[in-house]
Amino acid sequence: MAASNEFRTCSVTGLKVHLPAEALIKANAVVAVVFLAVGGLFGLLVALTRWQAVHILPAEWFYLLLTAHGADVLLFWVIFFEVALLYFASAILLNCRLATPWLAWVAFALMLAGAAIANVAVLQGESSVMFTSYVPMKAAPHFYVGLIVFAVGTLTAVGIFFGTLVIAREERTYQGSIPLVTFGALTAAIIAVFTLASGAIILIPTFLWSVGLITTIDPVMYKVIWWGMGHSSQQINVAAHVAVWYAIAAVVLGAKPISEKVSRTAFLMYILFLQLASAHHLLAEPGISSEWKVFNTSYALYLAVLGSMIHGMSVPGAIEAAQRKLGFNAGIFGWLRKAPWGNPAFSGMFISLVLFGFLGGISGVVLGTEQINLMMHNTLYVPGHFHATVVAGTTLAFMAFTYLAVPLVFRREIVLPTLAKWQPYLFGLGVAGISLFMMGAGTLGVARRHWDITFSDAPLTFEYPPAAILMMGLNGMSAVLAAIGGLAYVLVVVGSILFGKRLDAPDAERPRFIPRLPTTVAAYGSAGTLHVPGTIVLVTVFFMSFVLYYFVNWKYLSEIWPMR
Amino acid sequence: MAITSPEKRVWWNEPLHRPEVIWITIAFLWGLLMFGMMVYWHVAGRQNLSNEAYKVFPEKFAEKVEDMVAKYKVREEGATKIPVVRPPPGSDVYVLSRLWEWWPILELEKGATYRLHLSSMDWQHGFSLQPVNINIQVHPGYDLVLSITPDKAGEYTIVCNEFCGIGHHQMIGKIHVVDKK
Repeated sequence: MAASNEFRTCSVTGLKVHLPAEALIKANAVVAVVFLAVGGLFGLLVALTRWQAVHILPAEWFYLLLTAHGADVLLFWVIFFEVALLYFASAILLNCRLATPWLAWVAFALMLAGAAIANVAVLQGESSVMFTSYVPMKAAPHFYVGLIVFAVGTLTAVGIFFGTLVIAREERTYQGSIPLVTFGALTAAIIAVFTLASGAIILIPTFLWSVGLITTIDPVMYKVIWWGMGHSSQQINVAAHVAVWYAIAAVVLGAKPISEKVSRTAFLMYILFLQLASAHHLLAEPGISSEWKVFNTSYALYLAVLGSMIHGMSVPGAIEAAQRKLGFNAGIFGWLRKAPWGNPAFSGMFISLVLFGFLGGISGVVLGTEQINLMMHNTLYVPGHFHATVVAGTTLAFMAFTYLAVPLVFRREIVLPTLAKWQPYLFGLGVAGISLFMMGAGTLGVARRHWDITFSDAPLTFEYPPAAILMMGLNGMSAVLAAIGGLAYVLVVVGSILFGKRLDAPDAERPRFIPRLPTTVAAYGSAGTLHVPGTIVLVTVFFMSFVLYYFVNWKYLSEIWPMR
Repeated sequence: MAITSPEKRVWWNEPLHRPEVIWITIAFLWGLLMFGMMVYWHVAGRQNLSNEAYKVFPEKFAEKVEDMVAKYKVREEGATKIPVVRPPPGSDVYVLSRLWEWWPILELEKGATYRLHLSSMDWQHGFSLQPVNINIQVHPGYDLVLSITPDKAGEYTIVCNEFCGIGHHQMIGKIHVVDKK
């Protein structure tokens, strides 16, 4: 048992907070934000280079910083933040002590060392192999070492999360089942084990190959396993940010899932089926059968998509039901109009939900359709899709969560509240632009990871349609907007942590963005009586858009060269 | 709330709400339909990536390409004098990728079907045919064979869309599709 002086009682939530856990959450979250700032800056430079009129970086730097951008934001920012979330969802939400804090610090040190080594390798210039590092293109050995060390650290952190769940159960720190948010985090952690195992299976031999101990690595096999890490790690993000959506709705509005059973089953579907998504990256490859591709790319009959579509109703449904309980009952959308749009935790969460569903979700399914993929593979459509999922979805959800985490965990008031209120809108609008314009350019055939689509010094000439060049300009402008939103986030977070008013005094005020909730929400109605007409309209619009866009792409496909 | 344990300890027996049941049913059926669509297209659609591929030594593949060039070369094009070949309709045609070129240039007849072979000599490359926007991954050591039927005449460009080092953005090739003489 932990000594009682290792705990404090949270004045806002009444939760018992394990101080070593809190320190670890802080450390991981702060490092995450540093990587977001660095990686985000690299991303801005990449987007400005692809804006043909600006074209800011020389070719070598473009490929170098594009590699660093991928690693820093896609891996290091999200995973450091997720480790903080795992500790939060276990130790804090379950009123429990964190298992082996010393080992959690070892994990933290390993992750930090790994991330630093990988960054050094890339910035030295010998490892501009892109985030995917497809063999037989070779990076410097310490590039792989950095990623392996990072993965070992992460796996340790995930183990500590599991350990904490066991302790909480043993010491009976909660009643009944674990909260839905913890369940979502557990989903993310289980997927993380699979992901990190895939990473180890492929990166260790690749490292041995890079130092000359293994002669060849099959490039198709590499991709199958590498994407077992690369795509599955995005499913960690999905599970984590869906859990965050539920958490924010709970803290800000008192929302509870309309059905525990449905929401938990949807999370379970992620565990069972999301791993198959490695196939999304293999649809245009030789040597893999169509049967394998069709089954895996669809997550076995789209059962993981079904999970997301369920959350797509149950999250707004929970919000609507909670708002109606709070008295916002006017019309179909009164609850939405009267939602706390000035609270960046809520607005960020809701924008994340909408953009993830409409832009990221629909484009992901279309892109992952075996035959349609022929028109999109390796075009800018791909980054267009995953900026909608990982940036608009995951990153924005994590940003929104920060507005609650800073007062609760750092016990500091959010500074610059006006800037904070606008931040999700700036960032959301910018990222929506990035995603849409990249998808637009991809539809016109523009290649991803390409320094010069005017081919000015190539031996042959080619011009993409002028609309494609325009899209790249608009993409650059959107990136500037998103960067302003990102800078606002960093300013608010760093400012609050350093200079925010302390909230740990006994007479401290209620944190600005965490409202005091009336305790009205008991149940939402028995079977068949749930009243969420606004949500039904929202999901209907979503479904119509989905069906329409899906079939439009089949139509496009039917117009390209016949092939078999 | 979602951040606390469920109020009812036995939450798994709670009845489902009708809107949720309807939505889950629709979403499930939609998934089945999308799955069926991919299968259907294999039967009735005309755009499917072939399943025919062979392991190949890069130098063996290069030999076949050289053979084709020797037999069917009609002229040269571009600053680097890339040979243009015009093999007969129905034959095996080859496009080889290497740092940083697509080699040679093909001249194909509109409406005819060819067995197109794609492979790489070194790293992975991306065969991105514009403006039709057909995108296929090219691996070293694998010979992907697909039957293509160009159905519109014109000049088509192969852009490399898999990053392959510092000359990646200069790596373009051509396929000409011409009307039958």
